[in-house]
Amino acid sequence: MKLTEAQVEYVAKLANLSLTPEEVGEMVHHLGGILEHMDKLSEINTDGIEPMRQVLYNDADSLRPDVERESLTNEAALSNAPVSGNGYFKVPRVIER
Amino acid sequence: MSISRITTGLKNKSFSATEITRQALDFAGRENPKTNAWLLLAHESALASAARVDEQIAAGHDPGPLAGVTVAVKDVILTKGIRTTCGSKILGEFIPPYSATAIDRIEAAGGIILGKTNCDEFAMGSSNENSAFGPVRNPVALDRVPGGSSGGSAAAVAQNTAIVSLGSDTGGSVRQPASFCGVVGVTPTYGRVSRYGLVAYASSLDHIAPFARSVRDAATLLEVIAGRDPLDSTSAGAAVPNYAAHLDGNVRGLKLGVPVEYMKHATGETADLIHKAIRDLEDLGCEIREISLPATDYAVAAYYIIATAEASSNLARFDGARYGTRATESGTLGEMYRNTRGQGFGAEVKRRIMLGTYVLSHGYYDAYYVKAQKVRTLITRDFTRAFESVDAIVAPVSPFPAFKLGEKVNDPMEMYLSDIYTITGSLAGIPCMSVPCGNTSEGLPVGLQILCNHFQESKMFRLADAYEQR
Repeated sequence: MKLTEAQVEYVAKLANLSLTPEEVGEMVHHLGGILEHMDKLSEINTDGIEPMRQVLYNDADSLRPDVERESLTNEAALSNAPVSGNGYFKVPRVIER
Repeated sequence: MSISRITTGLKNKSFSATEITRQALDFAGRENPKTNAWLLLAHESALASAARVDEQIAAGHDPGPLAGVTVAVKDVILTKGIRTTCGSKILGEFIPPYSATAIDRIEAAGGIILGKTNCDEFAMGSSNENSAFGPVRNPVALDRVPGGSSGGSAAAVAQNTAIVSLGSDTGGSVRQPASFCGVVGVTPTYGRVSRYGLVAYASSLDHIAPFARSVRDAATLLEVIAGRDPLDSTSAGAAVPNYAAHLDGNVRGLKLGVPVEYMKHATGETADLIHKAIRDLEDLGCEIREISLPATDYAVAAYYIIATAEASSNLARFDGARYGTRATESGTLGEMYRNTRGQGFGAEVKRRIMLGTYVLSHGYYDAYYVKAQKVRTLITRDFTRAFESVDAIVAPVSPFPAFKLGEKVNDPMEMYLSDIYTITGSLAGIPCMSVPCGNTSEGLPVGLQILCNHFQESKMFRLADAYEQR
């Protein structure tokens, strides 16, 4: 499977990733090579095989009692924020007044 | 020193935890320029932990099974109040507000978190050359890589700057560096150790996993960190055995499978050393038989589809809003996301996010992602079938010993293919480990991989220990 520059740019948009023109070129080259290897999977017959999403998943283990417990304080949750104020994370304006 | 020598020495008052911790901090600081294994030494908190152990001993209390044992922690595992970078610029200044469950358990057992170790960015790599803070050098041969992604944790133990360490293993990131650096590395059954506080790469494959200089020490550490954790819904409820108590050397009659698909690619001195290890195991009374794991050839493709798909989703959280660095030129919210991620992530992380996004995108999801999950079922069935007739599987860890820095950086696919022997066990979620089995003529360590069925860590440790003590 070969990739085009336009495909790489489309996927970068889906991934919210800004790429330089050089990076786009490298992605076309490297991802194309990797996908060629991935195409090997078409050789193996998987008719009637269930996809495996998780190993050893046990519903009984996965549930815990729904009881209140201490969570991070507002201060701790904000302690690594690049910009915060009034107890909130701050980001660039998304709605025009 | 071994764990038992430290705990005995503390009990006999031959030394105090504060003394050995101070010495360890000095030694690690002095040795680090050679390898760059450590990103941070936590002087203050390590000495505080040591003081607590000394107080407990003075008060006549049991200080715990890891009392005074220095532990190096891969920088993808959260440590409250101690910077955790994931080897990435994007988390360069991140101070976690809580610790991973494994860290809490080590501290409760008297262990001393000595500091944080270098790794491939977000655990993505097989050589530790993808760290934003520079590569790690292999302490055995400084012009070579230590393996990856947990290269710093393997190097710290090999260099004797920590007694044991924690890494993380998603597709071989503990077993392969253990093999390259000549130490023991153990990937437990999926879910055996809580992943709470392990920064997620590929959640269905991620494990917190120990390194040590002996099988016994690795078993002791695993026993402390294993067990159900309500904070990780995938952690297993099965009881945790006393692993170290079962190291009785008795392996006579164990049936060991050697997969033909693995041995056909093995060449050179690595293959010679594996064959010799198999003969040694036979001498210990094990029965060797050839087995077949036919889906092996498709494992690398399946793994790099599943792992990158999960990574593309997991790493969406690094967007410059709640933690990490934010790009300065961020006009709109969308630009903030894109620029923060474009500037903050390194080349390999971007490559895997792109690959994962692509295989999950409309029109390719079934052909790549669902297909890979079906192949994962087949790979797991291969193991289930094999374990009907054998107790354990023995195989190489890596097709070759530690390679030179820079040797493989320009060919990502070749780097991925080197994970072939470790990826299969990861996909099946079975316990597997690397135990040193000799050196090449150049003095480079080679590891023997031992794989067992789910939750059979005790048997795996018994075999590895008997082999180590041969």
